Amino acid sequence: MRQIGRFYLIAILLFLYTPIAVMMAMGFNESPLYELPFTFSTRWYEALLSNQPLLRAGANSIIIALITAVIATTLGTMASVALSRRTFRGKSLLQVLLLPPIAIPWLITGTAMLIFFYWSGIGRGMHALLIGHVALAIPYVVLVVGTGFKTVRADLEEAAMSLGSTPVHAFFSVTLPLLYPSILGAALFAFAVSLDQFVISYFLATPGYTTLPVQIYSAIRKGFTPEINAISTLLLLGSMAAILIFARFAKPGDTRDKR
Amino acid sequence: MQNDQLALAQTRGSVDPRVKRPLPAWVSTTALLLPTYGWLTLAVFLPLLTMLGFSFMSATPMGKTPVEFTLKQYRAFIDQPYLLRIGFNSLMMGFWTTLFCAILGFLAAVALVRATVGKAREALLVLILLPFWTNGLVRVFSWTMVLRENGFLDNILHMVAPDAGSISILYTRYAVVLGLVHGYLPYMILTCYIALVTIDDAIIEAAASLGARWWTILYKILIPMAAPGLISGAVLIFIPVIGSFMEPRILGGRVGVTMGTVIEDQFTQAFNWPLGASLSFTLLAVVLAIFATFSGVLRGRTAG
Repeated sequence: MRQIGRFYLIAILLFLYTPIAVMMAMGFNESPLYELPFTFSTRWYEALLSNQPLLRAGANSIIIALITAVIATTLGTMASVALSRRTFRGKSLLQVLLLPPIAIPWLITGTAMLIFFYWSGIGRGMHALLIGHVALAIPYVVLVVGTGFKTVRADLEEAAMSLGSTPVHAFFSVTLPLLYPSILGAALFAFAVSLDQFVISYFLATPGYTTLPVQIYSAIRKGFTPEINAISTLLLLGSMAAILIFARFAKPGDTRDKR
Repeated sequence: MQNDQLALAQTRGSVDPRVKRPLPAWVSTTALLLPTYGWLTLAVFLPLLTMLGFSFMSATPMGKTPVEFTLKQYRAFIDQPYLLRIGFNSLMMGFWTTLFCAILGFLAAVALVRATVGKAREALLVLILLPFWTNGLVRVFSWTMVLRENGFLDNILHMVAPDAGSISILYTRYAVVLGLVHGYLPYMILTCYIALVTIDDAIIEAAASLGARWWTILYKILIPMAAPGLISGAVLIFIPVIGSFMEPRILGGRVGVTMGTVIEDQFTQAFNWPLGASLSFTLLAVVLAIFATFSGVLRGRTAG
């Protein structure tokens, strides 16, 4: 029975990773038409170096993801402090209001943003993408930092205050250092959410300002070469690295008290 | 008491001298919450309201055509019966994807709980969840490499049977469901795993030692225990799948017409924003109805 179970899990992993591996391998195949047999070549990675639109879209993606991570982590951590440590009326309503950006299909949110930003004069482009990406990342930050708060005991702060520290000082010198891994994890998470976001970006990008996923999508639909495989490989490895570092910092399953 | 503390703190000089008197709690609470909820209002709530308004307009308010308020966009399902068929196809796409994810994911969760331990299980979980947090678009694209004519699958087949024809299923509904299952399976594995990991091994061993066969254990213990995970997984998969447009476009080609692609077209090709808005809102109504139906199960999972 155990053998069958292990065999089945390996089959699931093969199902999950085979297409990704094939896609990555094809980025190193000489033929522009994806013809086999396989001939190793780095020509598509070299071609990538001179593909200005793709490189610019890649740079845009990274810049947007960095700014999103900074803004979303700051705002989300502030909200998480209030939601985790304070009691006030309407708290559960506020917690429910964090769900729409995660739970409503992005197609609906994205088209709604397109209509509103057009109608209100905000328009499309970099600032619109930032408004959208930060909104999608904030709920994840609040959740991740909120989980972190559960492991930091509230009485530590009280102890600091009874020893003469002000609330602000107690927060910054006691709670924040203990919370640091969660906040860093949340920032990486926000970075990955933004880097991988396609649907919202698709509706808010302009011909002059796109992100990498939007550029890849239009390439897939209009005809493409293994350059797309090369840049996709880099994108996948980038977000996998971010998530693995996140898992290292935030330890999602860890609920031990930090003392 | 508090003044004593403050005085004590000030004589020590260890605090920020700007802080004289603690502000009322509600001021700081509001200050902490305002940026987040202001941002969400601007980026999500106001847009949804505006879209609701647009869905009652007779035309996109861009050109010179006068715009009136009308319910005609919501009559689209009656006026254009092909939309009903597309809506039905989208629901079926959601149904099949969810069903396959449920079967494969439940079994994977059982295998994880029963056949692995410790570090090996942790590593397997990370490996299963890792693709989920990478770019969905790229993963869908990767299936075109496997499924296309003379692609990876065809080449494997030709190694075994050189004369066989192509078994390419790219640009069929099967390819769309396959790509969607690939995208959402880790979700179901995770929700079922969370539900099953709490089962005490002793229960199953007791059942087995009392003579229960494996199917009895499956139907009487494992499936009931995993039910909350199965339901929340199903909800969390079905909802994004019926709103998907990029998977059907890339893997379905001409047969991949779904509610999602029709809505996308209204905004990027046809520029009929009011129709797109009313279709988006119809989809949102379906989504909210599903959440309302299963909210008890979903809340139970997040609380526990």
